[in-house]
Amino acid sequence: MQRIRLRYTKRGRLRFTSHRDFQRAFERALRRSSVPMAYSAGFTPHPKVSYANAAPTGVASEAEYLEIGLAAHRDPELLRKQLDESLPPGLDITEAVEVRTANFVERLEASEWQLRLAGVEPAEAAAAVAAFLAAETVEVQRMTKNGLRTFDARGAVAAFEVDSAQVGNGNDTGTESGSDVRTATPCAILRLVVRHATPAVRPDDVLSGLRATADLAPPVPAEVTRLAQGPLDEESGTVTDPLALDRAAAPAGQ
Amino acid sequence: MTVESVFPRLEALLPHVQKPIQYVGGELNSTVKDWDACDVRWALMYPDAYEVGLPNQGTMILYEVLNEREGVLAERTYSVWPDLEALMREHGVPQFTVDAHRPVAAFDVFGLSFSTELGYTNMLTALDLAGIPLEAKDRTVDHPVVLAGGHAAFNPEPIADFIDAAVIGDGEQAVLDITEIVRAWKAEGRPGGRDELLLRLAKTGGVYIPRFYDVEYLPDGRIGRVVPNRPGVPWRVSKHTVMDLDEWPYPKQPLVPLAETVHERMSVEIFRGCTRGCRFCQAGMITRPVRERSITGIGEMVEKGLKATGFEEVGLLSLSSADHSEIADITKGLADRYAEDKVGLSLPSTRVDAFNIDLANELSRNGRRSGLTFAPEGGSERIRKVINKMVSEEDLINTVGAAYGNGWRQVKLYFMCGLPTETDEDVLQIGTMAKNVIAKGREVTGTNDIRCTVSIGGFVPKPHTPFQWAPQLSAEATDERLAKLRDSIRGDRKFGKNIGFRYHDGKPGIVEGLLSRGDRRIGAVIRAVYEDGGRFDGWREYFSYDRWMACAEKGLAGTGVDVDWYTTRERTYEEVLPWDHLDSGLDKDWLWEDWQDALEEVEVEDCRWTPCFDCGVCPQMDTTIQIGPTGKKLLPLTVVNS
Repeated sequence: MQRIRLRYTKRGRLRFTSHRDFQRAFERALRRSSVPMAYSAGFTPHPKVSYANAAPTGVASEAEYLEIGLAAHRDPELLRKQLDESLPPGLDITEAVEVRTANFVERLEASEWQLRLAGVEPAEAAAAVAAFLAAETVEVQRMTKNGLRTFDARGAVAAFEVDSAQVGNGNDTGTESGSDVRTATPCAILRLVVRHATPAVRPDDVLSGLRATADLAPPVPAEVTRLAQGPLDEESGTVTDPLALDRAAAPAGQ
Repeated sequence: MTVESVFPRLEALLPHVQKPIQYVGGELNSTVKDWDACDVRWALMYPDAYEVGLPNQGTMILYEVLNEREGVLAERTYSVWPDLEALMREHGVPQFTVDAHRPVAAFDVFGLSFSTELGYTNMLTALDLAGIPLEAKDRTVDHPVVLAGGHAAFNPEPIADFIDAAVIGDGEQAVLDITEIVRAWKAEGRPGGRDELLLRLAKTGGVYIPRFYDVEYLPDGRIGRVVPNRPGVPWRVSKHTVMDLDEWPYPKQPLVPLAETVHERMSVEIFRGCTRGCRFCQAGMITRPVRERSITGIGEMVEKGLKATGFEEVGLLSLSSADHSEIADITKGLADRYAEDKVGLSLPSTRVDAFNIDLANELSRNGRRSGLTFAPEGGSERIRKVINKMVSEEDLINTVGAAYGNGWRQVKLYFMCGLPTETDEDVLQIGTMAKNVIAKGREVTGTNDIRCTVSIGGFVPKPHTPFQWAPQLSAEATDERLAKLRDSIRGDRKFGKNIGFRYHDGKPGIVEGLLSRGDRRIGAVIRAVYEDGGRFDGWREYFSYDRWMACAEKGLAGTGVDVDWYTTRERTYEEVLPWDHLDSGLDKDWLWEDWQDALEEVEVEDCRWTPCFDCGVCPQMDTTIQIGPTGKKLLPLTVVNS
């Protein structure tokens, strides 16, 4: 059985798809595009698909990952194109690599997020970020399935800064929705790198932390995009390509 | 004038609501056409939540039929949940379509499909959010024509104040005819304003304009007569019947939602209409005559539909799917063809009939074997004669015996409570039947691990059926009767634990009954309920019986009639019924005779296989029964994946 790892996006208005919604859409795309899927054995056979680490509903992403098992061999790039054409614009398959290595999910050590805070002055955001980073721990609360939980939002943060290069530029990944009517207002764009830990610290929790430490309360909900997930380079606070090992292990000529 | 998308304003609200994906559109096979390139524009609404409304076949068919036409545009809109409604009101976002997020008020026609009367308050919510005056009399030439269709439109009188027009029967050709009238009127510069457009529609004889009719009441509250109040308006309005389903192979490209919905499958309507003659069944009566889609037509729709959607299940829809004259060939052909592709097949509506076990075996060849469902509807032999559900207990026991013998372990049975002439004893027989079913299952399988689930709904008499004159059972009496049945089932030590018991209390049925057989005086009640916050009345968690009763008391004050008058009262032959001027094709005298036959427990055969009983539909409407067999093969097409 050939296995392929795919990187996909949730862009623009399709960021509102939940993970379950995406799963159904993806599996239908597999059927429409006649991909030769491998199926599980058993009473109700399911196509062999495994998903890693889905972003929350409402959060856009440039870097979601899944893996599929095929009953017949296919060229990864052709497969990528075929599947991408079968999915709605916004749910895009951006990379496909044949599986050559194990422990992929463990390689997803951290995520890089972009937080777009419309209506917030970059200077005000920078001060809040500084206050957040200066704190040893930042306690936040979130409602979970097991009730209201309190945990530290600071410890998992590997990097956090105002992205000065992008100030006022906005998040262009959402152009399909033509959503930006707020360009006339100030806008701060933050870059955040969070280690994947238990309990998971989400961008929302860090935003709660900004409110707790610096009383920063954006007037509209932050637009959050996952830019990358993969191995964490602690020194530079950057996230690297999780598919690099598979590419490197590919036989020459591929 | 180009109409702007409200999406940017809506998008800012979406992070705060449940299941935002339902509002963003962009479904596979959805269509967004250029506004300015079209001269007739329809907003189509299924007035319930997206998850219920999107799979609705009627809306999906009209959406596609209209969008296929040059210069015509159709977009969809659904009821928004109360969380979004509150935000839309706060931020001034109007009711929008999910396709291009255009405001509903900008369209020429606002068409609503009512499968059930419980969507009426949702219509008022949508009108108000759209900025369209709730009452037809307050609208100007710039507002859309508010048009009702669907089964509930066969008695549109309770919503007469709120709609401009109603169409009864099949919509495919009707929407195109209406489109041409709107187009011509607009091209001429909208002469005579709104009034003339409506008059042009009325003159066709196929579009009902409530405002062009006056209702006169007798001193005792009954209707005296209904009279057209201007020249050129016909006394009666006829239903529409599409005669060759193969000419209308819709939906060709079914919508595939991203959000989860109640049905996610490739549905193909294999025939329309039913002449079994079950006396409670409004759908069977108003969709006559029977018109079959050909076996080749079905095969092509399945093939193309699966390709277009990627669905993994095919549903063969109709009022009684096993009745198609070539159903065995259809199911075998589809099962053969799609076995490799892991496509599941289902017949959502089948009769209690041993033949159906063979079909079910065929359909579950691929492994999926869920529960089997049958609908005897009545517990006793006597009551089944009254309702003309011609199934004997022996048939049922043999059928379920065969099902258990073929590996099924779970059988579901549907019944109604509150049928005309019903007694406690008739309902208690439901328990006896369930016990007999389990006993048979134990006998056949040699195990005690057998389940039978009994599901009971309250009977609501419907317009255009033989039971339109019948008294409805009160909510209290329904509840008492069901409580007795529950106690007798629970108290049974040998079988009780194996019988699942599901039922609805009698209260929603009374409201449905009020709306089903109501007249124009009910409009004030609906409006009062809406203004008091009534929404999503089909949803248990939103429905409030007390609100409906309080608003009915207020709304009907001074009329001399009340909820009981509309629901639990028996009508007489002479009474003018609120829907008598809407012609479903059924002869009123034939319905009355059938009602008398019901009371005498006389059964009537299916006219598909026996001589005509003169119900009136075929000769009067210039329509005929269309059934096979055609002798054709299912699919001369290629094998998938080759």
